Amino acid sequence: MATLTLAKALNQGLRACLEDDPKVLIMGEDVGKLGGVFRITDGLQKDFGDDRVIDTPLAESGIIGTAIGLALRGFRPICEIQFDGFVFPAFDQIVTQLAKMHYRSGGRVTLPVTIRIPYGGGIGAVEHHSESPEAYFCHTAGLRVVTCATPSDGYTMIRQAVRSDDPVIFLEPKRRYWEKGEVDTAVDLFGIDPTSHGPTGPAHASAAPVLGLHRSRVTRPGTDVTVVAYGPMMATVLAAADVAARDNQRSLEVIDLRTLSPLDLEPVFASVRRTGRCVVVHEAPGNVSLSAEVAARVTETAFYSLEAPVARVTGFDTPYPPSRLEDLYLPDVDRILEAVDRTYEF
Amino acid sequence: MSIDSNGSPQAADPAPSNNGPGKTDLVAPNAGTGPAGEGGAVTLLTPDGVRVANATYDPWIADLTDEDLRGLYRDLVLVRRFDAEATALQRQGELGLWASLAGQEAAQVGSGRALRPGDMAFPTYREHGVAWCRSLDPLTLLSLFRGVTGGAWDPAEHGFALYSIVVGSQVLHATGYAMGVAKDGGEDAAIAYFGDGASSEGDVNEAFVWAGVFNAPVVFFCENNQWAISEPSRRQSRVPLYRRADGFGFPGVQVDGNDVLATLAVTRRALDDARSGLGPVLVEALTYRMGAHTTADDPRRYRLDGELAEWQAKDPIARMRTYLESTGRLGEAFQSALDAEADALAVRVRHGCVTMPAPPSDSMFAHVTADGSVDDPHFAAERAMLARETG
Ligand SMILES: Cc1ncc(C[n+]2csc(CCOP(=O)(O)OP(=O)(O)O)c2C)c(N)n1
Ligand SMILES: [Mg+2]
Repeated sequence: MATLTLAKALNQGLRACLEDDPKVLIMGEDVGKLGGVFRITDGLQKDFGDDRVIDTPLAESGIIGTAIGLALRGFRPICEIQFDGFVFPAFDQIVTQLAKMHYRSGGRVTLPVTIRIPYGGGIGAVEHHSESPEAYFCHTAGLRVVTCATPSDGYTMIRQAVRSDDPVIFLEPKRRYWEKGEVDTAVDLFGIDPTSHGPTGPAHASAAPVLGLHRSRVTRPGTDVTVVAYGPMMATVLAAADVAARDNQRSLEVIDLRTLSPLDLEPVFASVRRTGRCVVVHEAPGNVSLSAEVAARVTETAFYSLEAPVARVTGFDTPYPPSRLEDLYLPDVDRILEAVDRTYEF
Repeated sequence: MSIDSNGSPQAADPAPSNNGPGKTDLVAPNAGTGPAGEGGAVTLLTPDGVRVANATYDPWIADLTDEDLRGLYRDLVLVRRFDAEATALQRQGELGLWASLAGQEAAQVGSGRALRPGDMAFPTYREHGVAWCRSLDPLTLLSLFRGVTGGAWDPAEHGFALYSIVVGSQVLHATGYAMGVAKDGGEDAAIAYFGDGASSEGDVNEAFVWAGVFNAPVVFFCENNQWAISEPSRRQSRVPLYRRADGFGFPGVQVDGNDVLATLAVTRRALDDARSGLGPVLVEALTYRMGAHTTADDPRRYRLDGELAEWQAKDPIARMRTYLESTGRLGEAFQSALDAEADALAVRVRHGCVTMPAPPSDSMFAHVTADGSVDDPHFAAERAMLARETG
């Protein structure tokens, strides 16, 4: 066990990926000597060479398009998109090429390309540096979309994503890069079935550090309200759970989705059947979003268990605002608790 | 070139009227006349501040009076001072970020002063010197970097489009704008600013295709400051960037971007070509980003030893100053008035920045779409919720 920041955990995870498989490449803008603008690839070019850790020309469509070609030739590229707002020049290569080639080829072609994207707001950045683009990718079949909320998950999930034979959009909550947590870097990842809920099953999964890549996790068990979140909002939701326990004697069960496509909602359904109340939280705008999908499926599956409609706490349906307003835009503890209250007032 | 003594730029001047033959303090011929393949970058003022002759480009600045020359120098000094103040404000937490133009003043002022009022400039996030030439108040720029606005100026009012942080995107906009000018039968031109890094983006290359086949009156002005964050410009191209123009079927010119006179001359000529129906021109201005990429960057991680010193010796402001001094055009009175003006500008910028009010919370919901008559109850409910919270 080591105590690492999320940034460092990802860095060590990437290092392990390069060590695990000589076909793994890292490519992106400023990932070499600089180590990326967030230093996630720090030191990797020095240790693995500029043949494997590649500073690309400044063109995102080029990064993903050439990664597809490299994958066709047997490589396993990990692409870094510098910021969420700059993935869109590559959108065509991602949604029309990367996502569909396996299907089009009748299963003959696999494209194990991982696309790492720092995402979300809260760092006082200028425009296009605080976007939450996950729903665009979840809407496209053929892509897998995951996001980590802790250093431990950062370390394990990046390794699992790179092992995946499918293209994976790997979303990193940039404002949590500097938060620390325990990471077990000695863990044996590859004995684990990717669909596993871990050795102790979903209800106690918080005790099991390693889950399959496409598994959600009950991060904080509770009895009164099921609160579902992912990525940067996890820390906010956990803080809300502390306040609810202290001030209202309400016990929130917090579930970290981790995998956004495919969704793993069995633990959510099981939880809602016990609590009867559900709140879904993310910072992306609410319109046609992950929370809309979760609310619909919970309603379809656990309707008779619900004491109140599923409540949602999301970013507003505006462009991400200038940074002096972002604290008002982003869901916070108060907004989450207000939504929890609403599920009692119904 | 009028900017009032507070440092508030006034409406951009038209190109100075032709005053007959220019000053004749030319001492050396210059081999580079510019067009692709014909030699080095166009230089009219050496790093030592010596004016060199250039038969092709001398006529393009022959009209400059002593006052105009001092005006250019004044622009250079004031934008550097403004930029330094902005960097300091960021360090003190008053700005979220700042992208310094230090080192690129001549490229920006030379090209910015080549524009006419009706022209439209399409900047990146670093064109503070062009903004100055287009009469944008420095504080308006700061409001973007302070996180108070999204860059709320009227492009039409200033002939200066919004800053574009998504690298390369604005180059297509400039091209479309220029196509519109041509359709209108207008005499205006567009100028697209972009960096060496941006030259790799699909958008920029598509803009070259469009401008070429539609013969659009647009000047592509590439500030090659040698770096795209940590990547040297050779990571973007195997050939000098100005030679890219060849393949797209229009002229490319390389200019010493630390030479305000050469940049002015080359840009005027390129704009003139565009206006007169000859189509686009690519100008590659060789310059250097003397500071960090932005205040979030640490260039010590990648910059080559000695590189900064090498470029400091080619400083755009020092050479203009030497030139003006050595030809008796500067004068102590002018310099000390300018120093005082720079100080006053810095004070005004600092004060204006730290007292800039935070945006009203409800402004987040304003102008999401143009048609306010469309009734979206869900959106209205979100807005009402924030109003309740901030009550
Ligand atoms: C499409 C896009 N990709 C990546 C970025 C992140 N980024 C901002 S500036 C920059 C380098 C730009 O270099 P260059 O075009 O040479 O301009 P300079 O900053 O040197 O003026 C990068 C990679 C961005 N803003 N937009
Ligand atoms: Mg550059």
